[in-house]
Amino acid sequence: MHIPDGYLSPSTCAALYAFATAGWYSSLRRIKRVWATRTVPLISVFAAFSFVIMMFNIPLPGGTSGHAVGVAVAAIALGPWGSILAISVALAIQALFFGDGGITTLGANCFNMAIIGSFAAWGIYQLLAANSRLGSRRRAAAAAVAGYVSINAAALATALEFGIQPTLFRDATGAPLYAPYPLHIAIPAMMIGHLTIAGLAEAAISAGMVSYLQRTDLDLLRGGNSSIPEAPPTVNPAGRWEGRLWLATVLLMLLTPLGILAAGTAWGEWSVKDLPKAQGSMPVSGISPQHASVPSGLQKLSTVWTAPFPGYAPGFVKHPAVGYLLSAMFAVGLLLLASRLTRMVRKRWRERELRS
Amino acid sequence: MSRGFIEATLRGFTSAVSQALLSESAACQPGLLQTLDPRVRVLGLLTLVAAVVLSPRITVIAALFLIAVLLAAASRVKIALLAKRLWLIIFGFSGLIALPAVFLTPGQPVFNLPWLPLSISAQGLRVAALLILRVQTAATLTTVLALSTPWTHILKALRSLHLPAEAVTMLAMTQRYIFLLIETAGQMFESRESRTVGVLSGREQRRMTARTAGVLLTKSIELSHEVYLAMLSRGFRGEVPLLQDFHIRTRDYLGLMVLVLVAALAVWIGR
Repeated sequence: MHIPDGYLSPSTCAALYAFATAGWYSSLRRIKRVWATRTVPLISVFAAFSFVIMMFNIPLPGGTSGHAVGVAVAAIALGPWGSILAISVALAIQALFFGDGGITTLGANCFNMAIIGSFAAWGIYQLLAANSRLGSRRRAAAAAVAGYVSINAAALATALEFGIQPTLFRDATGAPLYAPYPLHIAIPAMMIGHLTIAGLAEAAISAGMVSYLQRTDLDLLRGGNSSIPEAPPTVNPAGRWEGRLWLATVLLMLLTPLGILAAGTAWGEWSVKDLPKAQGSMPVSGISPQHASVPSGLQKLSTVWTAPFPGYAPGFVKHPAVGYLLSAMFAVGLLLLASRLTRMVRKRWRERELRS
Repeated sequence: MSRGFIEATLRGFTSAVSQALLSESAACQPGLLQTLDPRVRVLGLLTLVAAVVLSPRITVIAALFLIAVLLAAASRVKIALLAKRLWLIIFGFSGLIALPAVFLTPGQPVFNLPWLPLSISAQGLRVAALLILRVQTAATLTTVLALSTPWTHILKALRSLHLPAEAVTMLAMTQRYIFLLIETAGQMFESRESRTVGVLSGREQRRMTARTAGVLLTKSIELSHEVYLAMLSRGFRGEVPLLQDFHIRTRDYLGLMVLVLVAALAVWIGR
C-alpha cells in the first residue's frame, strides 16, 4: 500500500501533505499533554517497533503469508494520536532510507495508513470492546475486526486517490498523466488483495497480540503502562462532540471535489441553458422533446440573481477542484460568521434582559 | 510451508540490515555528491524528485533519469547494484500495474493481439512508459541520496531545512532502535526455530508470530523507559538541541544552483 513517487499528481500530494501535517501537529500537541517529556523516546521506540512488525511474515490460512502494518496494535496500545505519530515516523524512515514508498507521496501514505488507519482501528476497537473486561475474549475479537477494517479503510483511501487521478489529470490528448485507472478499476483492484490477504494478516496479528498481552501485560491494553496515565485526560463531553463535528465538517469540505466526478446536472437543478437539453433526454411534464423550450417565467426570473460563484467556482479559478474547495470554505465561513453573529446578538439580548 | 515464514522474516531482517550497512559504506566513498554539503544534496535531489513528478513529458523525465544515473556513477554508486536492487524490482512491480493500461487506454491501435480481441494503443504505451519511467527516476534519485549521504547527515540536513527538532530527533532515535529491535526479533525467531522439530500447524504458526510480536512490544516499551531515564540522567528536559556543524562553501552554492536549475529547466520545458 506504500504509494511510490509518480503515482499521484503534485496537487494531490500537496493536499494530502497538508492533511497529514494537520494530523501530525495535533497529535504531537495532544501526546505531549499526556506524556510530556516522555513523548520523544516513547514514540521513537514504538515507531521502531512498528517498522519491525511491518517486516514480519504472518502465516495465513491456505499456506500463504502476508505483511501487516500493525496499525491496530499501535492504536490500542498508544491511542489514535500516539499511533498516528509512531506509524508516520516508521513510514518516513521506510521512504527516506529504504525506498519503500515515495517522498512526494509520504503525506498520502501517512494520511492513509497512519491517520485513517489509526482512527478506524481505534474507533472500531472502542466500539466493539466497549466496557468489556480487559481479559475478555471480546477484546481479541474487537482487535481482529479493528485490524481488518483499518487496513481496508486505508486501502480504500489509497484506491480513491489512485482512482481520481485519470479523471483530474490528463495531457492534451486525454491520456492520464499519473495512476491510469479510474475508480471502477482502482477500487476493486486495490480492495481484492486487502479484503483477503492483507486484511487477514492484520486481523491475525492484532488479535494474536491482544490475546498474548491479555495473558502477560494487561496494562498495555489500557492504552499505556504504569508510566502512562490509565485514562486520557478528561475532556468535557460537549467539547469532545464539538471537536468531532469540526473534524466531520473539515472532512466533508475536503471531499467536495468528488462532486466533479458525477456526470450531468442534478435532476431539477437545470439552469436556463441546460433545460432544453434535459427536456430532450427526459420528457418533463409530458412535453415532447421537439417542443422543448424554456418557460417564459423561468427565463425572466433567471436573471434576477446572479450567484457570486456560479457552478461552484469563482471566475478567477481555473481548476474545478480548487473551485469546489474554495466554495466549500467560503460557505462554511459564511455559516460560521452567521452563527457567531446570532450568538453575539442573543448574548446581548440576554444581558439586557438580565439588567432590566 | 513448515517454517518458511520464519526464514522469510529473517531474510527480510538481513536484507534491511545489509542495505543500511551498504548505504553507510557507500556514503563514505569519495564521490561527486559526497563532496557537497549534505543540505545541498538533500535539497537538490528532492527538488529533482519534485521536478520528475511535476513534468508531464517522457523526454524530460528520461533526461532526468540520465542525470540521476550520471550522478550515481559520479558518486561511486554501483550501477549494477541499482539495476539489480532497484530498476528490476520497480520494472516488475510498476510494469505489472501499468500493463493493463497498454490495452485499456483508448487510442490509435498499433498492434492487434492474435486470437484475442485486444489491441495495444499508442496512447496506452505512452501512459505505461510515463508511469514506469517516472517511478524509476524518482526512486533512483532518492536511492542515490540515501547511498551518498550517511543517515545522520540526512537527518541533520532536514533539521537545518526547518523540519521541527522533535520530528528529527524521533526519526534519528527510531532509526537507531530499529536495528536493535531487528536483532532482538531475529534472535527470538532463530531460537524458536532451533527449538522446533517437525511441522507447525497454521494456527500454531500464527500464535508463535503474535507471541513474538507481543514480547517485542513489551521489550520496546521497557526500552523506551530505560532510554527516557538515560536521557533524564544526561540532563534532558524536553528540549532537543541538535549540533549543527555543516559549513557551506562556494562549491556547495554552485552545486545547489546547478541541481535547482536543472529541476527548474525540466519543469519549464515540460509545461
